[in-house]
Amino acid sequence: MAFYVVQFLTGLASAASLFLVASGLSIIFGVTRIVNFAHGAFYMLGAYVAFTLTERFAGAFGFWGGIVVAALALAAIGVLVEMVLLRRIYHSPELFQLLATFGLTLMVEDLVVLIWGPDDLVGRRAPGFKGAIDFFGQNIPSYDLFLIVLGPVVLGVLWLLFQRTRWGVLVRAATQDRDMVAALGVNQKWLFTSVFALGVFLAALGGALQIPRDAVNHAMDLRVIVEVFVVVVIGGLGSIIGAFVAAVLVSELNAFGILIFPKISIILVFLVMAVVLIVRPWGLFGKPEAPARRTPGLAVNPWRPLTTNERLAAIAVLIVAAALPFVAGNYLLTVGSEIAIFVIFAVSLHFLMSVGGLASFGHAAYFGLGAYGVALLAKMAGLPMIACLLLGPLLGLMGAAVFGFFAVQLSGVYFAMLTLAFAQIVWSIAFQWVSVTGGDNGILGVWPEKWAASPSHFYWLSLGIAALAVVILRIIVFSPFGFALRATRDSPLRSEAIGINGKRIQWTAFVIAGTVAGLAGALFAYLKGSVFPDNMGISLSVDALVMVLLGGVETVSGAVVGAIVYKALNIWLVSQTDLSKLVLGGFVVLIVVAFPKGIVGTLEAFMHRRRKSSSSASSPLLTSRIESAE
Amino acid sequence: MKLTVKDLNSFYGPAHILFDIALEVGEGEVVALLGRNGAGKSTTFRSIVGLVENRSGRVMFEGRDVSDLPTHAIVRGGLGYVPEERRIFTDLTVEENLEVGRQPKRAGAPQWDREKLFKLFPNLGEMRGRPGGRMSGGEQQMLTIARTLMGNPSLVLLDEPSEGLSPKIVEQMVDAILAMKKEGVSIVVSEQNLHFARLISDRAYIIERGRICFGGTMAELDARPDIRDAHLSL
Repeated sequence: MAFYVVQFLTGLASAASLFLVASGLSIIFGVTRIVNFAHGAFYMLGAYVAFTLTERFAGAFGFWGGIVVAALALAAIGVLVEMVLLRRIYHSPELFQLLATFGLTLMVEDLVVLIWGPDDLVGRRAPGFKGAIDFFGQNIPSYDLFLIVLGPVVLGVLWLLFQRTRWGVLVRAATQDRDMVAALGVNQKWLFTSVFALGVFLAALGGALQIPRDAVNHAMDLRVIVEVFVVVVIGGLGSIIGAFVAAVLVSELNAFGILIFPKISIILVFLVMAVVLIVRPWGLFGKPEAPARRTPGLAVNPWRPLTTNERLAAIAVLIVAAALPFVAGNYLLTVGSEIAIFVIFAVSLHFLMSVGGLASFGHAAYFGLGAYGVALLAKMAGLPMIACLLLGPLLGLMGAAVFGFFAVQLSGVYFAMLTLAFAQIVWSIAFQWVSVTGGDNGILGVWPEKWAASPSHFYWLSLGIAALAVVILRIIVFSPFGFALRATRDSPLRSEAIGINGKRIQWTAFVIAGTVAGLAGALFAYLKGSVFPDNMGISLSVDALVMVLLGGVETVSGAVVGAIVYKALNIWLVSQTDLSKLVLGGFVVLIVVAFPKGIVGTLEAFMHRRRKSSSSASSPLLTSRIESAE
Repeated sequence: MKLTVKDLNSFYGPAHILFDIALEVGEGEVVALLGRNGAGKSTTFRSIVGLVENRSGRVMFEGRDVSDLPTHAIVRGGLGYVPEERRIFTDLTVEENLEVGRQPKRAGAPQWDREKLFKLFPNLGEMRGRPGGRMSGGEQQMLTIARTLMGNPSLVLLDEPSEGLSPKIVEQMVDAILAMKKEGVSIVVSEQNLHFARLISDRAYIIERGRICFGGTMAELDARPDIRDAHLSL
């Protein structure tokens, strides 16, 4: 019995940090409507800076001073980030905001390694809380008791801040209607900045307070952000009490899940989250959001199928690509195969994002499931390659069917967070279920059969499947199903009103996208001859997002170009620098801020303008009349 | 002049909404902006306080050019705005709603505080702790005016204050607006209801399809039934 009580208290202690981080995320979202992906990075930086301050400058600040100064320093950095970056993207579609803050996260990961090195750092114990308390023969660290008290204290302070101060009243008002707050003479800019600073302070404090409990390392940002996303999805974005209750719930589920399912404890959290989402899609303490504002969002030119000339051009490009084996060596062909595979992966996400308006932040899950499907079928069942290629993606299909069902109940940022959480769950299953997946060692020796083994043959196979995938997805875009999907994307209410079952359409799109991604993963497994948990990792999901964004979210198949450019650049970059995440993250931020239409989108806009100006030269009267009629 | 608007043009996306709007409001005057639904009344107000991004033209307030200032700065300068949709903060109590509107005192402008406003709108005084979301439409309309007055404005843009209110509440609204005028607040009130406008206004403009097509005293408007019938639905 005593053991369970101690386990419970350990859970409560873990909840404290989780609550701090989650409440910070919630507060920021409430006012700015930005889901700050970089929140985990601030948490991690808080821990690192606190480590340095308590180790090197303990004389100046003492331990507790070090913790507080670290959180304050990060808050100051947060102010800088808000003023330099976020102020430029408050009016961008939410996808861009998520991506920009994600780019920031990537940069921080490399910077942290650069500054503090790649090894785990073990911080010192908190003075006054070094010992443990005996509880019927079980030890409870006294620091845990401190954290257990701290959680509710912070909750209380935040409550007072929001209920009893003018600043709190303004923040709550801005949470509901920020334009009206401005129309009453309040300078929103500083309100946003101060809210962001408070949120970052809480995240950094959460990280700093972890140093006596856990080693500081450069992967703690993603670990915490996934947990925090789960917490805010369960508790409801924007609700501080929700963040508290859900943080306790998730921490306890983790604490006891380890006893029940030692290997896959995260499943338990997932099940609870799924139940909450079915019963209350907006979380336990959240409020239902109005139907999502425009999802893709910039000025969309109407889509049209390719003209005959454009089709011929596309076929010509394909023929040129197919001629590569006659001029290129084996290395280039392998790179070519990889690029073709990523074209398949990118167009599958593009289909979901641009056509379906559903920005998935965990699309790699289905890529990875396809890869594992092939590996398991080939290694365990010993099926031939064709059968594996056909059946392997079915694992992606099944994953997409299950996760997609829950995910499409939500939209916008909730959808993005949920897909990310699902992907992390799939990843941790692959990582933890060693007896089946081989864990970190992966599954090796998945080689193609003779007929596809040579680099040129495999290249042709990949290229052929990529071309097929692009064509099929384009056909779907311009099919009645595609129209229904786009109608649901552009106006859920109106499409519902004309009898379209939006959720089912979106679910179907999710399954299609997951299956195509699975196909890409299946080919990838054969290309590399092995599968690893990283084949479904977060960075792969982000790669796909960047490819889509780089190509142009608002184009029909810009992802093809995005994938080719990005993958080629990436392969080259990784061979050139160790700081690929730093460069990549900077690149993502740059695209979002300076180049939101992507390559194909920018080209299209350019062509559109040229067409417009040349036609206005021929008949100025006509165009001017049309414009004023608009 | 308290407020002078010149050559105001506004756009929503590619759509041109307002065409060369010109308005003048004198010190302590109540001016009605009359027009049908969709004529451009709300857009005019939103453009004056800087809530329409794509706009051009000049807005002079108390002799200062405020055309390029951000919304909060215009409002802080003493130009209050009461939106048509009321936009009460539903989670906040009556007192908290007023707190959001509170601004420092301004020399030369009428001063308001909570107690004075509760005298002007006695209903609000009886429900100080009630969340805005649990108030009737009339009470919300009073709260939104009171909230703007907390900023001690010298001029208020009042967007369709009588819309959707019962006749009894409309009467209270007339009294409240006249009381505001007596305190020295200049008011521009947009209305579809000529009867209501006549009770409170010194002068009127008529706006139709984004253009001002009449400006004059109420007596001058009454002398032109043709204009009245052509541009106002009665």
